[in-house]
Amino acid sequence: MTPFAYTVVRDVNAALAHAGQAANAAFIAGGTDLIQLMQERVAAPDTLLFIGNLPLRRIAADHEGLHIGALARLADVADDALVREEAPLVVQALLETASPQVRRMATIGGNLLQRTRCLYFRDATTPCNKRQPGSGCSALGGQNRLNAVLGGSDHCIAAHASDLATALTALDASVVLEGAGGERSVPIADFYRLPEDRPDRETVLKPGELITEVKIPTAPAGRRSCFLKIRDRASFEWALASCAVALDLEDGVVSGARVVAGGVATVPWRLEQVERVIVGRAPDRAAAEAAGALAAEGAVGHGHDDFKIALIRKTVTRALLQAGGVA
Amino acid sequence: MNATIPNANSVIGQPLSRVDGPDKVRGSARYAAEFDIPDLAHAALVHSTVAAGRIESIDTARAAAAPGVLCVVTHENAPRLPYKEMKTRPPVDPQSGEQLHVFQGAEILFNGQPVAVVVARTQEQAEHAASLVAVTYATNGQATDFDAAEPERPAKATEEGGRPAEAGRGDADGALAKAPVSVDVRYSHPREFHAAIEPHVTIAEWEGDRLTLHDKTQWVNNTANEIAHVFGMEQDAVRVISPFVGGAFGSSLRTWPHVTIAAVAARAANRPVRLELTRRELFGSIGFRPRTDQHLMLGADRDGRLRALIHEACGETSVYEEYAETTVKPSLSTYACDDARTSYRLRRLNTNTPCPMRGPGTVTGVFGLECAMDELAVALAMDPVELRLRNHADRDQAKGLPWSSKELKACYATAAERFGWHRRTPAPRSMRDGDLLIGWGMATAVYHANRSAASASATLHPDGSVVVRSAASDMGPGTYTSMTQVAADTLGLPRERIRFELGDTAMPSAPVHGGSITMASVGNAVAAACRALQDKLGELATCARQGPFAGVSTDDIAAHDGGIGRREPPYRVVAYEALLKQHNLTYLEATATSTPGSEIEDYSSSAFGAVFVEVVVDPDLGTVRVPRMVGAYDVGRVVNPKVARSQCLGGMVQGLGMALLEQGEWDPRFGKVMNANLAEYLVPVCADVRELDVTFVPGSDTNFNPLGAKGLAEIAICGVAPAIANAVYHATGRRIRDLPITPEKLLLEAAALTPVR
Repeated sequence: MTPFAYTVVRDVNAALAHAGQAANAAFIAGGTDLIQLMQERVAAPDTLLFIGNLPLRRIAADHEGLHIGALARLADVADDALVREEAPLVVQALLETASPQVRRMATIGGNLLQRTRCLYFRDATTPCNKRQPGSGCSALGGQNRLNAVLGGSDHCIAAHASDLATALTALDASVVLEGAGGERSVPIADFYRLPEDRPDRETVLKPGELITEVKIPTAPAGRRSCFLKIRDRASFEWALASCAVALDLEDGVVSGARVVAGGVATVPWRLEQVERVIVGRAPDRAAAEAAGALAAEGAVGHGHDDFKIALIRKTVTRALLQAGGVA
Repeated sequence: MNATIPNANSVIGQPLSRVDGPDKVRGSARYAAEFDIPDLAHAALVHSTVAAGRIESIDTARAAAAPGVLCVVTHENAPRLPYKEMKTRPPVDPQSGEQLHVFQGAEILFNGQPVAVVVARTQEQAEHAASLVAVTYATNGQATDFDAAEPERPAKATEEGGRPAEAGRGDADGALAKAPVSVDVRYSHPREFHAAIEPHVTIAEWEGDRLTLHDKTQWVNNTANEIAHVFGMEQDAVRVISPFVGGAFGSSLRTWPHVTIAAVAARAANRPVRLELTRRELFGSIGFRPRTDQHLMLGADRDGRLRALIHEACGETSVYEEYAETTVKPSLSTYACDDARTSYRLRRLNTNTPCPMRGPGTVTGVFGLECAMDELAVALAMDPVELRLRNHADRDQAKGLPWSSKELKACYATAAERFGWHRRTPAPRSMRDGDLLIGWGMATAVYHANRSAASASATLHPDGSVVVRSAASDMGPGTYTSMTQVAADTLGLPRERIRFELGDTAMPSAPVHGGSITMASVGNAVAAACRALQDKLGELATCARQGPFAGVSTDDIAAHDGGIGRREPPYRVVAYEALLKQHNLTYLEATATSTPGSEIEDYSSSAFGAVFVEVVVDPDLGTVRVPRMVGAYDVGRVVNPKVARSQCLGGMVQGLGMALLEQGEWDPRFGKVMNANLAEYLVPVCADVRELDVTFVPGSDTNFNPLGAKGLAEIAICGVAPAIANAVYHATGRRIRDLPITPEKLLLEAAALTPVR
């Protein structure tokens, strides 16, 4: 670990002020990812700003929908009656995330900003464009079983890791950001950036900006949802492939659909071509299979991750069936 | 003196809870990293980032100037170490090649090789300073591609160490050609890691020319011996202390380079130094189960009788040492077959040296053999259990000896019944649960039983307590508990009056805590030491001028529960401590050694088992889950069924990991395992482990040793992976021959499958 200064900030303004002053500061709350990154010398902030005490843990609902404070712990959100009622998809995704111990430490905002599990990003001795821009992508031609088959570039094929982000994308959620320039709200679909030629820039967060809240719009009546996560072992592992589905049903027919793939793409991957097929049909097996068959459109394998192309089709089909109450 | 009058309250065979359990729960059990030594400094390593070449330059100036740094040691300033050749290499070391000589030159043999150590006042300071050491390398051709490396015959010393290039009997190839039914199949498993919870750590402390090491080790005596040879010291100038080990699975059998580095660093810093490996470092520092490719050819008559058995294997080793396994050995003794041969080869790579991991060699060879037997059963349309019964080895044909005991048939019968095997429908894909495929598979487990010379002492104190000591180890199987039971029974004392101590070279010496030999070796030494103490007490009693046994011949007295008495009633038993007091002694100590006898010439000894598993396969997603496993084991006498069962549960879980999850993801470009952490090197978690059922079939192998225990550790992992692989075949009709059985292997060829629906 590289030496760093550690400051406990008392309120959001102080956090933003401190972040503005330090050249290489990082906010820390649960620390479940950042500490690992620092131990492995993947991250080396010179200042840690502890924001865990800021009053950003509130979970509330109003006419817009559900508001979840960025510092709410994953376990608390998964346990929350309001979230269970308004956004069961989020609860499902969180209960599939990490382990009970990690969920008691990790926060909503931190989860959305966790870094990729790409083996080369995590090993500081190998080239990685995300960690060290311009050094090259070792996952191409390497051990890329966990990497992305969608949304990659010649510079990076690191898979996005957050189950929560996948679920939130299916719910049209937004993140509220506060920075020196004030507060803004960004749809989660616009929050993450494709790697393109700058895989080190993962989100639209500006330097010193802080996620303060996640907003989830009220779901229409008749919403059915499912989060399905496929992994090698039964728990405590990131997704090989996941799928978040939110179907709006009217008289047994899908009137609106959000289908998002996780674990297979560089950002949460909205599958509009799948949505188009399922909308207007009853969510039965034939519809789910027809829609799921399109899930891998544009997917490119890199060897060890080739199987994800088949897996994502099956995963999306299964998730559609489960959301529709068929499987 | 006569043997103990039978102990009415025998604790051998009782399911005692671990005697060290409360200490472990309270955190008062002291592990190697936890010894609080004054002025302790902390070390961090710098590793090579290239796989082969030379260090061109190493700049330690910034590191040396960093806060808290006490010293930086590299090959440029390290002392020249003699690394004296040992007269006899310990069996835990490769028999050919030369161990890594730390900081003795610029040559780089593998990626991750230590090139410098930084000592600082705190761990954080040391780690930061280590990151400031700048190294440049001149690389040369690296051998990091397993498939491209040439298979080589093991060296003579390796062959003489029981890993022959070729072995066998009869004419296997001729018999195979004539066999009416045959299978010809290839299996492989990747590099696997021990993944023990406790990282390896050494605290080194010099006092003049004497060195004390607090070390994570499975063999304190050998650590002392090896380090003495590295530094050119007398062995008794090195004391090694290791009272608790947090899991090792073979990774602490050898004395690894970091132990030497800790001692070098402590000398350079002129104060005690602690060196603890990080989780990532563990993947490149302490060995691993080597990737091994296997080729099996079985020939049989139509009635299932094996006519030919050929087993070839090729494993990986390092360029500097020849670590070889007994992968093919079980194939010469597990089943009856007159024409059998084996072959074993090695590929040398720029990597750190592999080492034993639970069931070394055997577990992988049994994987190949037991899967091939399943394939033969399919080819014969025969029940897999029946095939094994028809080929039951009544003798060990490899050694030409009878078994000292063998209850394998009882293992099959017991496990099959508890599993409900008779309800299995043999056709693949014939058992379903809705859209899910159910598979039932089984395998035989074997692991040879050995014992070595071991010593122990027993010391009686005036309060009637007895402290028993042996320089053994307890990496988790319950040595503390089982030895307490043996001592309590031998002395006829309640177990609360026994304290067993281990893990210190100041104690009577013990053999390696590996190969499942501890119970059969140290257990008999403990019993012998306790009997020697009784003998001394008997002599004390009978040579007394007064008292109940004055003038009585030692032939006429016997040990009774907790004391000495006459052989015939009225016994007039006198408690041990009363004899001590009577003779004004503050303590009485006896030491004894137990050695294997002629039984190794008369018998072959082995633990046996049968493992039955059920798998559930999701045919769309390729996921495999294991709802239940049933194992029945013949391990001779079970000293403590509770800790023995724990061993078997652990072995089943580890076998599940081997079958479905574990793989070191090697990148030949870097010569490195990339998933070197516990987030991406997957071992089973609780949610993967469902119903586990363990039974020990009755037995006591007193042909093998007086205690009757055969040993139990390795046997528990053997047989699990093939049983799972066979069950996956039964579920899906797909034979996955390369471990682990991950979703992609079931998915990628899924197009060839008949859809379930």
